[in-house]
Order: sequence, then C-alpha cells, then structure tokens
Amino acid sequence: MNKKSPVVTIVAIGIGAALFFVLGRFVAIPSPVPNTNISIQYGLLAFMATLFGPIAGLLIAFIGHALIDFSYGWGIWWSWVIASGVAGLVMGLGTKKVDIEKNGFGTKDIITFNITQVVAHLIAWGVVAPVLDILIYSEPANKVFLQGLVGGIANIVTTAIVGTLLAVAFAAAKPKAGSLKKEN
Amino acid sequence: MSGVFNYINKKSPIHALTGASKLIVLILWSLAAMTTFDTRLLIVLPIFSLILFKISGIKYKDVSFVINFTLVFMVLNNVLIFLFSPEHGVSIYGTRHVIWNGIGRWVVTKEQLFYQLNVILKYIATIPIVILFVSTTDPSEFASSLNRVGVSYKIAYSVSLALRYIPDIQREYHEISVAQQARGLELNKEKEGLFKRLKCAATLLFPLIVSSMERIEVIANAMELRGFGKNKKRTWYSSRPFRKGDYIAIIASVAIMVISMVLNIVNGGRYYNPFI
Repeated sequence: MNKKSPVVTIVAIGIGAALFFVLGRFVAIPSPVPNTNISIQYGLLAFMATLFGPIAGLLIAFIGHALIDFSYGWGIWWSWVIASGVAGLVMGLGTKKVDIEKNGFGTKDIITFNITQVVAHLIAWGVVAPVLDILIYSEPANKVFLQGLVGGIANIVTTAIVGTLLAVAFAAAKPKAGSLKKEN
Repeated sequence: MSGVFNYINKKSPIHALTGASKLIVLILWSLAAMTTFDTRLLIVLPIFSLILFKISGIKYKDVSFVINFTLVFMVLNNVLIFLFSPEHGVSIYGTRHVIWNGIGRWVVTKEQLFYQLNVILKYIATIPIVILFVSTTDPSEFASSLNRVGVSYKIAYSVSLALRYIPDIQREYHEISVAQQARGLELNKEKEGLFKRLKCAATLLFPLIVSSMERIEVIANAMELRGFGKNKKRTWYSSRPFRKGDYIAIIASVAIMVISMVLNIVNGGRYYNPFI
C-alpha cells in the first residue's frame, strides 16, 4: 500500500463495499458440496485491502457484509459480520509493505499476500466468529468451530486463487514506476 | 433503489419516524434480544414486533420471500445444533429430564428442547424488526441516520456511496459476464473443476476491478474538488428533525434494553431456568 489521500480511501471503502455486496449477493459459483456457494468476495477483499490498507479492508468487509445481511433480512449476524471485518483488517495489516501500484506484484509479494490471507481467515473464522457465536448466541462449541473451519478453508482456497490472480493481472496492467526511459 | 433492499414506500406512523430513531430502535432491540436468553422477554418481543408490523401497513406478501428464506435457514441451524450437541441444554440448565431415549447419543431431553426453543425465539425476536427497518427506511436516509447516531460522517458517506453504486456495479457485472459468456467463458459448467471455475471468476472480475478503480479515482477527484473532508461536520439533505413519535420510539427501546439487563441480574445470568 502506498500513501493515499483520505478522500480516496473513503471512496474506495464505498465502492469496495458495493463490489463486496454484489459479489456476495448475486454471484453464485456452485461448489462441489451441494447447497453451498463459494464466496469470491473474499478474493476481492484481500486485493482491496492490499491496495488501500487495513482500515479500508476492515470497513469494506464490515459494511459489505452487513448490507448483505440486511438485504436478506435474516437479521444481522453480528458475529460473522465482525469476523469479516477482522479478516479485512488483518489482510491490510500484513500487506502493508506490498505496493502493487509502484513495485508490481512479484513472487515475494505473492508469498506475503497469501501467508497474510491464510492467517487472516484463520483468525476470523477459526477464532473470532465461533467465539462470538458462543458469547452472543450461546451455540454449542463443536458446531461453531466446525462451521468456522469449513468456511475458513473454503475462503482461503478462494482467496488464494481469485485474489492472487486479480493482483497479478492488475500489476501487469499498471505501468510500473520508472518504466519510462529517456530517449537519446 | 433497485429493489435490492426491499424499501416499501407507504404512509404510516413508522414510515414517518426519522431514520435515525429507527436505527436506534433497531440497535437497542437487537442488543436486548442478543444478550438475553430469558424466555419471557423473548416471547414478548415478537408480539411487539407483530404489532409494529400491523401499524406499518407492510403486508405479509410483501416480505414473504425474505421470511421463508429465513425460516429455512433457522430450521437448518437448529438441526445442526441438535446433531452436534444434543446435551447442550443439559449443560446450560444443570438438570436432565429425558423425554425419549432416541438413537445413540441423540437423546431428547426437556432441557435441550427448551434451549432450542429459546434459540428459535431469539430469531423470531430479531428478524421481524430488521425486516421492518429495511422495508420502512429510505436507503438515502440511512447514511444521514448513521451520522446522527454518532458514526463519523466520512464513514457514513462511504456507506452512502456503497448504496448509491450497488445498482451500477450490479449492472456492470451483468454486462461483463454476458460479454464474457459470448466469448466462451462459463461459470456454472458442472463438469469443470473447482480450480478452473475460480480461475474463470477471476477473469470475469478483472474488467470490473479495472473499471471500479477508475470510478474510485473519478469520484474521489470530484469530492476533493468540492472540498470534502475539510470541515468537522456535515449537513445532510435528507435528515429531518425529531418529532414526538421519535422520542416515544427511542424511550420504548431504551426500556426494552433496561428490562433485558434487569432480567440478566434477576436471573443471575442470561438464562431463565424453569427446571429448578
């Protein structure tokens, strides 16, 4: 991430949350397991958090997820909304040194990006979501931890593929700093 | 709004409330329902919300899709709870009254049934109020309400931008996906492996990301040119002053919150235990 004007961050949060919402609500990629869909919005989230930083990551996921819950009308499942926000936050924190727009997205960046997203998903779905489910809804521990783990692993795979491909393609399309040479 | 959020414009005392007071009611109400496991309160709350529905003039058929969808989700969740932890109620209430010996470890006890009844009541206590909020609050008033209840106006503006651009991005996504399908890219092919499908998704997403980045730049420039973020405060076109109804709604929801907290103290915990 490189330094950006606060207004750019605010707009990125708004547009990012809208993208997160549209992908989460309307784009259904059927997975091998019946009746479950793959949430490709987390690939987008990792990419946006890398570009715009931890605060943007946190708010994109939090607002996007809360709007999805609102639009379904099943109440706001706060434990999962907060977990999404935590995932976005961690993704932004871990990739602070990655600057796609300036340095591109090389092998080292790909490794940083993926380690970060694995850690982020493990914290969010392996710890935050189940613990909040137990605290708020008093659900049985083994159920929520298994749910969190299954969801977390699915999200890690999705983010690894969709997020990495997006970042690589975006870096390739952006002219790198210092790519222009003075002609003699 | 393109019907995503199911806002239904009618004339009723609930529609007339400001978005801010409805948001406060929503937050306090769901907090109260979230913290308590007291069955008596959890029975009263859904009755209240049904009365509110009646007042709002929203008909069952307007929201039936959402309700059915949620019911399926609720049943599924309850089945999962029982499968994973048939003795959860026993560990909460401390007694064990067996009704039916069941199969293997899945013994049906009164405590488990009572616990799952509470879980269901918790859903029924919160869901109608969310549906009511969504169908009676104009999305364009939502951002100003967030600001009114104390969220920084910059974040409120992000929410407002998100709501404004959801229909645009949705349309754009649809156009891109149709164009890519014409070129032979397919997302839903059953035969394709998971990896291939995700790769296709990334290919499909890429044009959307590029255009969204351009969009971010254009909007940010326009806002910066108009001096957005210069002052500490901001006024909203859609915000309205509080009236009598708003105060009544807020006081009532504060009362519910207080009752929920008092019950937590009286019961010596979050659970109302009829077994001792």
